[in-house]
Amino acid sequence: MFFFILRRLGVLIPTFFGITLITFSLIRMIPGDPIEVMMGERSLDPALHAAAMKRLGLDQPLYIQYFDYISNLFQGNLGASLKTQQSVWSEFTTLFPATLELALCALVFATVCGLLAGVVAAIKRGSIFDHGVMGISLTGFSMPIFWWGLILIMLFSVQLGWTPVSGRLDLAFDVQPQTGFMLIDAWRAEMADPEYNAGAFKDAVMHLILPAIVLGTIPLAVIARMTRSSMLEVLREDYVRTARAKGLSPARVIFIHTLRNALIPVLTVIGLQVGTLMGGAVLTETIFSWPGIGKWLIDAIGRRDYPVVQNGILIVATLVIVTNFIVDILYGIANPRIRHAK
Amino acid sequence: MSLLQIKNLSVEFGSEKNPFRAVEGLDLSVDQGEIVGIVGESGSGKSVTMMAMMGLLEGQGRIVADELTFDGKNLLTISARERRKIVGKDIAMIFQDPMTSLNPSYTVGYQIMEVLKVHQGLRGAELKARALELMELVEIPAAKTRLEAYPHQLSGGMSQRVMIAVALACNPKLLIADEPTTALDVTIQAQIMDLLVNLQKERNMALLMITHDLAVIAEVAHRVAVMYAGQVAEEGTVPQLFRHPVHPYTQALLSSIPEHSKGARRLVTLPGIVPGQYDRPSGCLLSPRCPYVQERCRNERPGITAHEHGAVRCFYPLFEKKEAP
Ligand SMILES: Nc1ncnc2c1ncn2[C@@H]1O[C@H](COP(=O)(O)OP(=O)(O)OP(=O)(O)O)[C@@H](O)[C@H]1O
Ligand code: SF4
Ligand SMILES: [Mg+2]
Repeated sequence: MFFFILRRLGVLIPTFFGITLITFSLIRMIPGDPIEVMMGERSLDPALHAAAMKRLGLDQPLYIQYFDYISNLFQGNLGASLKTQQSVWSEFTTLFPATLELALCALVFATVCGLLAGVVAAIKRGSIFDHGVMGISLTGFSMPIFWWGLILIMLFSVQLGWTPVSGRLDLAFDVQPQTGFMLIDAWRAEMADPEYNAGAFKDAVMHLILPAIVLGTIPLAVIARMTRSSMLEVLREDYVRTARAKGLSPARVIFIHTLRNALIPVLTVIGLQVGTLMGGAVLTETIFSWPGIGKWLIDAIGRRDYPVVQNGILIVATLVIVTNFIVDILYGIANPRIRHAK
Repeated sequence: MSLLQIKNLSVEFGSEKNPFRAVEGLDLSVDQGEIVGIVGESGSGKSVTMMAMMGLLEGQGRIVADELTFDGKNLLTISARERRKIVGKDIAMIFQDPMTSLNPSYTVGYQIMEVLKVHQGLRGAELKARALELMELVEIPAAKTRLEAYPHQLSGGMSQRVMIAVALACNPKLLIADEPTTALDVTIQAQIMDLLVNLQKERNMALLMITHDLAVIAEVAHRVAVMYAGQVAEEGTVPQLFRHPVHPYTQALLSSIPEHSKGARRLVTLPGIVPGQYDRPSGCLLSPRCPYVQERCRNERPGITAHEHGAVRCFYPLFEKKEAP
């Protein structure tokens, strides 16, 4: 187990450098620089432009810029936004809870529905339910987030008026960001001032539902399919036959003897969805004007805010890598054959 | 009355329109404390028969029978819930491949205790003590530490011992052993077989022993049924059947013993293989391979008829002749 962890850690270092290199170069490949975008191309005085570039250190050769960037990183300095002058880290920590809340809700939605659908489809293999689940999940998997989000907004927000179109909370409420999780903050605000903030929690939930569904759709489809195929595989195992030959109840056979083993590969797939969720969050937050990391990064790319883009993506990527790493370890714990391997 | 009584059992797979009869018109009875052997080549329907009886084919095979009773209970009409009170308790089964028959995610102890909990409601210290007792019963060394072991930490022989412990947990009246030693090393095979036979004697339980190994049957069983392509070809007491086989198939099977006494999955003395789903002959199922085949055999299927020492499914049983022509 120890070496297992060590090996995994060894892979992280090159990955980390790869990411810095890629973000560093990609953002510089997009035409236009921060000053140009800020001032507008035409009205820009070349001398002023050069001065500004020099101030930002952007007149240096690329390899020096990269070296500076990396050495700053090693000193724990993530730089500051060119626009707000706020440190990237503090901007990130302010906005991250919004994304985390959205992603967690999407993941919970995807996991609960995906597992349920997958298990039932496997048990009722070949039934209409099974075909239905598989058909829908294939559709869900290939659904472009942008299009899917807009469809849901049109239906539930515009046509039916059930959910708000954008944001995290109606402006009418007085909710102080404390945890950064709107559900919790709104709940506490409602408890503290039940009269003025009546309905704040419900409003937060309504704001969250659509984006969470949109963001959770692809993971839901992936989890449902994986659960189903993994269940079907395990159901054929000899030890499931043994379980039935022991006279155990169908529930015991499914939940204790089948699902536990079937979940091992599903767990990995759920872990891998963290990457999908972060990527999807960028689009989802843009559609729903959700003030989180995704929207922050898109805006930063738009104004060529190099430090925000480079380090923001680096932080997100690190998060994804770390979660995948934790998933790997959990996988080892769930699977005694790996746990005991030296 | 027999402990287990099966009359005219058939099991069908496949669609209604295009069915495959894996078992057809099978009669079998087992008395209390009796060892009955079932032999037959691969695909002759031995496992399917047992699974059908245990109710393990749910959703796969269609089962019809004139009678299917165990210990006075009608297994055909019994509810699934009632059946689960019998299966794993009064009828237990062990399987061919012990390494894959234990759940890799749970300790050996858990898997033994599970049956005790479900069927006997044991809890706590009593439960643990009983599990340990069972581990010792099946002669697992260092039983106490092995309770905490996971299946992948056990050898094949050890795993089969654990399976036996699980099967014996609730003192079953009938133990079905479906080729319990086929997957094991030769040296281990004999140990496991000895263990099974000793336990059977000690507890006077009935034992249904499925095997390819005729030598084992000759040694331990009281009665034997020879299966071919889903049917019982011949059935009788062990000494009688081994000395005077009357079915051409049994005779061929026995003449293959000296060279191939262990694990003879196919018979060398009869050319051809057991007919599968698509090549079942319309007459006697053995007719394409039978050295005594007559015109009638190709057109009609023989029924099973009782004789002095057993029963045989053949138009021309070999009551006098002993050698193939
Ligand atoms: N679930 C199933 N669906 C369809 N056909 C099946 C199923 N289980 C078994 N069969 C078929 O039934 C026939 C009898 O199989 P069975 O497993 O009973 O043979 P066996 O006598 O136990 O052979 P072996 O010695 O290899 O264990 C085979 O042709 C097999 O392909
Ligand atoms: S009925 Fe005919 S073909 Fe079938 S076993 Fe007897 S002699 Fe052979
Ligand atoms: Mg078999």
